Amino acid sequence: MTTVIIDSGGANLASLQFALERLNADARVTNDPSIVVNAPRVILPGVGSAADAMKRLRACGLADVLPNLTQPVLGICLGMQLLFTRSEEGATDCLGIIPGEVKRLTAEPGRPVPHMGWNQLTALRADPLLENIVENDYVYFVHSYAAPVSDVTLAATDYGTRVSAVVRRGNFWGTQFHPERSGAIGSRLLANFLRLN
Amino acid sequence: MVGDILELAARYRDEGADELVFYDITASPEGRSVDREWVRRVARGLDIPFCVAGGIRSVADAEAVLNAGAEKISVNSPALANPALIDALSARFGSQCVVVGIDSHQTPQGYRVYQFTGDPNRTRNSGRDTLEWVREVQERGAGEIVLNCMGSDGVRRGYDIEQLQAVRKLCNVPLVASGGAGAPEHFRDVFTQAGVDAALAASVFHSGAIVVRELKRTLRAEGIEVRP
Repeated sequence: MTTVIIDSGGANLASLQFALERLNADARVTNDPSIVVNAPRVILPGVGSAADAMKRLRACGLADVLPNLTQPVLGICLGMQLLFTRSEEGATDCLGIIPGEVKRLTAEPGRPVPHMGWNQLTALRADPLLENIVENDYVYFVHSYAAPVSDVTLAATDYGTRVSAVVRRGNFWGTQFHPERSGAIGSRLLANFLRLN
Repeated sequence: MVGDILELAARYRDEGADELVFYDITASPEGRSVDREWVRRVARGLDIPFCVAGGIRSVADAEAVLNAGAEKISVNSPALANPALIDALSARFGSQCVVVGIDSHQTPQGYRVYQFTGDPNRTRNSGRDTLEWVREVQERGAGEIVLNCMGSDGVRRGYDIEQLQAVRKLCNVPLVASGGAGAPEHFRDVFTQAGVDAALAASVFHSGAIVVRELKRTLRAEGIEVRP
């Protein structure tokens, strides 16, 4: 029952691997589509830019495979943004699994971009991924782009404007924040994900 | 030694610290880089962000530390020696993980940046004006600035509010205050008077004089928004 972490290149995967290790989860890093297809669960992390990451997913054949997966999939940070139709970052088409466009955050006095740090979850909708996670819990964000709130939003966060913090469409979930760096709350979310079928 | 670090890290995490910074302060003066194996061991146990500082002189040094699981890297002396390092790190990893540490001291000429502060025998005035340097590192791609005010460091009489206010005016990225924390009200003052994004302290936490959880409770009671 090995969870697969997709290595789209360039991303630092150590902290995610360690987080799963702390939950005693068996995890394997790969970009081989045949292994991804057969995994019980898939995590799509991502650091870097949307255009670069999409290029890498296309190069290894995963861009066509990912939208057709039927097992639970969790996109983290840029990985969540890639689930959407499009991103303003590099004006790139993404995986098109969730309708919508990821947009750049607007810097304001006192709200620099990237948005970096602990912020609260708000407007939660019940979902197995968010079991035992409550309104105003703090999680750790590092991002310059975000998905607007829409009907796929399970939880939002406020940073000048309200943006999606957790999204879901069918078997695809995404978190804009880093659960692997979000202390006990993040660990709870990952544990919830590992229980999804 | 590493065992002590891991234990301390876990204790601070449990007490509610938002982020940990690991300084290998003798790395630069000794001409070496931080030991990656302990970065890995810290990352294995820690589920909150942490930053590593110490003798990171190249993109390759930074990459090794980030791949070992650190969230951010902080450069200080090497950036003074080679300011283009900041541009290179920011281009390669994004400004969000590039922290620039600045050791600053009040001199008759104004605030000046000091170098090699990890070794009292090698500590020297770099000749750079602190406010100019704050401006320059942001242009080069620093995503966060830790300002260590050497005059107040270690004496526990409070952060250097005046200097932090001057830097805050020029600093559009997160600003972390360092040096001088001795009592809970010092934290309150630096947030309310200098408008910093975070406050860093070492000795008062290590000695147990201030407990993070109690400090946060105090700050919340004062109306300062902090994570529990």
